[in-house]
Amino acid sequence: MADTAPTEASTAVPVPPVTRGEPILQVRDLEKYFPLTQGIVIKKQVGAVKAVDGVSFDLHQGETLGIVGESGCGKSTLAKVLMNLEPATGGSVLYKGEDISKASGKALKAIRRNIQMVFQDPYTSLNPRMTVGDIIGEPYEIHPEVAPKGDRRKAVQDLLDVVGLNPEYINRYPHQFSGGQRQRIGIARGLALKPEIIIADEPVSALDVSVQAQVINLLEQLQNEFDLSYMFIAHDLSIVRHISDRVGVMYLGKMVEIGTDEEIYEHPTHPYTQALLSAVPVPDPSGREQRERIILSGDIPSPANPPSGCRFRTRCWKAQERCSVELPLLAVPEVFRGQATPAAHQSACHFAEDVDIVGAG
Amino acid sequence: MSTATSATGGSPRSVTADSVDAPLLQVKDLQVEFRTRDGVAKAVNGVNYSVRAGETLAILGESGSGKSVSSQAVMGILDSPPGFVTGGEILFKGRDLLKLGNEERRKIRGSQMAMVFQDALSSLNPVHTVGMQLGEMYRVHKGTSKKDAKLKAIELMEKVGIPAAKERVNQYPHQFSGGMRQRIMIAMALALEPDLIIADEPTTALDVTVQAQVMELLADLQREYNMGLILITHDLGVVADVADKIAVMYAGRIVETAPVHELYKRPAHPYTKGLLESIPRLDQKGEELYAIKGLPPNLLHIPSGCAFNPRCPMAQEICRSEIPPLHAVTELDGTPLEGRGSACHFWKEALHG
Repeated sequence: MADTAPTEASTAVPVPPVTRGEPILQVRDLEKYFPLTQGIVIKKQVGAVKAVDGVSFDLHQGETLGIVGESGCGKSTLAKVLMNLEPATGGSVLYKGEDISKASGKALKAIRRNIQMVFQDPYTSLNPRMTVGDIIGEPYEIHPEVAPKGDRRKAVQDLLDVVGLNPEYINRYPHQFSGGQRQRIGIARGLALKPEIIIADEPVSALDVSVQAQVINLLEQLQNEFDLSYMFIAHDLSIVRHISDRVGVMYLGKMVEIGTDEEIYEHPTHPYTQALLSAVPVPDPSGREQRERIILSGDIPSPANPPSGCRFRTRCWKAQERCSVELPLLAVPEVFRGQATPAAHQSACHFAEDVDIVGAG
Repeated sequence: MSTATSATGGSPRSVTADSVDAPLLQVKDLQVEFRTRDGVAKAVNGVNYSVRAGETLAILGESGSGKSVSSQAVMGILDSPPGFVTGGEILFKGRDLLKLGNEERRKIRGSQMAMVFQDALSSLNPVHTVGMQLGEMYRVHKGTSKKDAKLKAIELMEKVGIPAAKERVNQYPHQFSGGMRQRIMIAMALALEPDLIIADEPTTALDVTVQAQVMELLADLQREYNMGLILITHDLGVVADVADKIAVMYAGRIVETAPVHELYKRPAHPYTKGLLESIPRLDQKGEELYAIKGLPPNLLHIPSGCAFNPRCPMAQEICRSEIPPLHAVTELDGTPLEGRGSACHFWKEALHG
């Protein structure tokens, strides 16, 4: 990894979050509400799906921020809002001080060049009627200043080489490639404009296990080579830990806990994070009978009608009166405030408690 | 014990000696091929395994390894054409299912063996209520009246932990969440209390927290009814949590079989070894991941010799020419390891090296 390797768990003091340079992306109170309307001719708004509801975080140069959460928690919507593919309904996304959510026209185009996306499904995110060369070279049509016309073919071949594909494949079509190779094409397209930030939305979940490792290694290698910042969205907690420097956990449109990978995985303080970690099947059968599991009851509530107060309280075993009235804020919990323990990281719970779930300590 | 020989024996040896303890299901040298326009794809090439009552066998493999196809052949729901069972035996309670007629197999399906599919939304009929689909099992197989079938359906829904079953029995599949739909699938498989359940990636489409609920439910029910369970999955984590023994498939063959604890501790096949090393761990940060090079093979052109040889770090000349049989795996001093087998010419090096 690009940063300093995480030190021994037992002796670690909380790493200040600004060890890896200035934030390149600052997200503040970001909101995305999708209106729910009724009526055909006269539309009337009857409510809103709060897909992303007041999310704040920083992304630093060269770091990987992992975002985990279950389906419907808003992690993919968050990615789209960051790219301004969906307009935000509130809050701001600052890229080097400039607000993406308010930018338009030329300014937006310039910002977007620096933030690129890699999608989940390599089967549907590549146009089957375009050759690989056209797919990877298409960004140059929109941003001709990056590669002059004559150089494009060469630039595309270089990109193919960078992602580990044979440059001679430039005239092939997507169906001639396997899933892992297609994902490499998607990554090459993302790299074409030499961006600073790559937002990867479940980039490996559609791939076979033995191919996943290849793509993850490629992503890490590219990060070191080009000093990229990643936002890595995934539901697989093991992969997120492997690739991320910091991890944010989302539940029902809110960030419930955020910290370094060690803080989140070895000292989770939010009950949802604890439940999530304990539910991950561990590829090691030893002691499986003893392993303590927190099995949550029920499903995620509808984001159109989230519970009052803490949104997790309907599934939480610690929930009390206070949780239904008072919304817990994402901050270092009072019990840990000022202490030099890895548990002192931001967690949105009234009753935060440091529990070692994965037993790595 | 017959487990070792019947589960892992390279050649289909008979286990007449201990018929008392005979396995519930025994698959011997099963071969399945798909005849397509582009050629014959050999999806399953001589697979042997067995499951006894109360036991969980996990079949682990990547897409295209033949794990689903082999179980579809067992259930008798292979799409034919293009799929054909071209050889082998499927002994269920001692009877060879491949010799039975369609009508007889239909009677076994559902009442004696049942299947839980991966994608509950597309496996349930969207235009019928859940209660009607659950009750169908009783009406068709047992001739129960509509009213009684509905009561039975409610009972089943309660059994699999669906809250407010009485009200929800008249709802349609789309009104249920993913986890609840999977519970309904399990309820349906359970309806007639079969002896064997085949679960094909039962939790792959679900979120982790819901995944844990569903797996626990399956395990509880299995214990209660003492059923045999075949769990088909690509997830090494899920397998580690529930399986008793594992068969790893690659390109239509079983490449390794082992009791679950052994497999993770000491894999005896380079493919299994590579798989285990290539998954990131939750409890460690870890360095660069080990990646198995190359791609899973195309079933129309399976490499000669050992199908894994183009991707194998240990491959030598013999691997390209000779198909390795499923060797019985032993300790260095020759002590047999029960239930273990590895289809690798160099299993000794893989295990002990």
